[in-house]
Amino acid sequence: MRSLQLQALQLSLTPSLFKPKLLSHLPYSTLRLPSPPVASLPRNAISISQSQQTGVVQNGAPEEEYLASLPEGLLRELMPNHVAVIMDGNRRWARMRGLPIWSGYEAGVRALRRLVELCCKWEIRVLTVFAFSSNNWFRPKVETDFLMGLFERGLRDELENFTKAGIRISVIGDSTKLPKPLQVLITEALEVTKNNSRLHLIVAVNYSGQKDIVQACQSISLKVKDGVVKPEDIDEFLIEDELETNCTDFPCPDLLIRTSGELRISNFFLWQLAYTELYFEHTHWPDFGEDEFLEALHSFQQRQRRYGGQNS
Amino acid sequence: MENKIDSYAGSLVASLVSHMRRLLFRVLSTGAIPNHMAFILDGNRRYAKKRNLGEGMGHRAGFLALMSLMKYCYELGVKYVTIYAFSIDNFKRRPEEVQYIMDLMLEKIEGLLKEESIVNQYGVRVYFVGNLNLLNTPVREAAEKAMKATENNNKSILLICVAYTSTDEIAHAAKEAIEEKWGQIQESSKANGAQNGEISQEKHEGHQTIKLADIERHLYMGVAPDPDILVRTSGETRLSNFLLWQTSTCLLYSPKALWPEIGLRHLVWAVLNFQRIHPYLEKRRKQV
Repeated sequence: MRSLQLQALQLSLTPSLFKPKLLSHLPYSTLRLPSPPVASLPRNAISISQSQQTGVVQNGAPEEEYLASLPEGLLRELMPNHVAVIMDGNRRWARMRGLPIWSGYEAGVRALRRLVELCCKWEIRVLTVFAFSSNNWFRPKVETDFLMGLFERGLRDELENFTKAGIRISVIGDSTKLPKPLQVLITEALEVTKNNSRLHLIVAVNYSGQKDIVQACQSISLKVKDGVVKPEDIDEFLIEDELETNCTDFPCPDLLIRTSGELRISNFFLWQLAYTELYFEHTHWPDFGEDEFLEALHSFQQRQRRYGGQNS
Repeated sequence: MENKIDSYAGSLVASLVSHMRRLLFRVLSTGAIPNHMAFILDGNRRYAKKRNLGEGMGHRAGFLALMSLMKYCYELGVKYVTIYAFSIDNFKRRPEEVQYIMDLMLEKIEGLLKEESIVNQYGVRVYFVGNLNLLNTPVREAAEKAMKATENNNKSILLICVAYTSTDEIAHAAKEAIEEKWGQIQESSKANGAQNGEISQEKHEGHQTIKLADIERHLYMGVAPDPDILVRTSGETRLSNFLLWQTSTCLLYSPKALWPEIGLRHLVWAVLNFQRIHPYLEKRRKQV
């Protein structure tokens, strides 16, 4: 219960995303502020370097455990609010081990579960995972069918755990092309978890960054047709509000991690990655664990984010 | 006499280096050569600090590095080169620095138009991409003059992004696409009203939807294909609001060298990496 109160306090101290309608004559980019760091609450005098945390943290965990969970070397003020992950390399991982492809995907699901637990533990507010791209439909049908089945099984099995752990699920992307049972399950999961606030897990399924921007423009053009918005008022704030990431207070990732060494974005987030720190990891997704995530966070914390302006 | 020998030796060495480079490029050309390379010129101020130069000198050194890199790219056969010269975010810097950069840009744009410049040597057409209304009048006018003066060149293309951010470009393209669509709808509804005709609901709605192609048509960068390689120097790995729409399948390369330190070896390494990944990307492109 106390941890819930702490959560509420934290939310109220964190400034909301700055949308200056009054100053709308200035270009969007000059006004965009960096996402505020996780507010440092008045803590008890518990040394953050104590790292005795093990196991899954659940709602109602003792406060000391909750506060002292950050590993040594990481600063709380520099933790990213929103982490995005491109989970690449499942098939290559399986092929390297002489296993069938489906076991690569299942190992990938286990790695995802580990990451979700770590994000809860280390108080990352939003985690977005690129589960399935629009381009992935070109894979063999037996593979895509397996993936859809995997999503459905995974979601059904984990729904109860998510509720207990206070995780809210959102799904972005064109879900109309997914199998009907999966669509129904997604709607149910969205509804059941919508009031959770510990971690917001956004799953991008059949998502394409360009299509996201196009659908935002289509929504705006409908608003223009209905007279709600004038064409001359269309600006960057308006478009950002219409993107599918408007379900969260932190639509833009601070850190993007892509595994298995590929150096490209592959039509994941486009608009939202404007100022995101990119981190490319050589290991394949099923091998991505706590050590690799720590390394990514260390690298993130050492970067100097200037947003085009002066050195701080 | 000695001076003559020195300068003769100097030009011999230079000519030898140039031949070696051309040979290297011939070897590289046995594989795929990128059609379009984009560069984020990061690290000028850090370079100046490192060498104890005035801050402005960093930008000047950056300009020299740009000239040699452009030369290498065009010799290699890269048709389009895009550079991120000045972002809308950079207006947030100290006014003196912004003014210095604007003056430097004006000086260099005027230099581009001279007879012996690289633009004429390689038949380069220059585009200035971005929200040019945010620039001061002398720079904007010089940019427009440079675009007009080079519009008949067609061997290679240089796109200079000034007062540019990708989100601004997309918002501008969306606004124009919606205004155009809005204009079309109003016209067609007037025409239909006059005819007293009946259009089916779906056709009307389909006509009203903005499509991907509508937005792409209005992007500032619509004059060039998508980049094949995006290079950002100084080791930072972020896009900083540059070409977000166009780089979704592009190879990202971030050498640790600061921009004025960039050299032939970085270009060669980027191209080799591109050649490694190119067959896979081509296959994917054909699928879509």
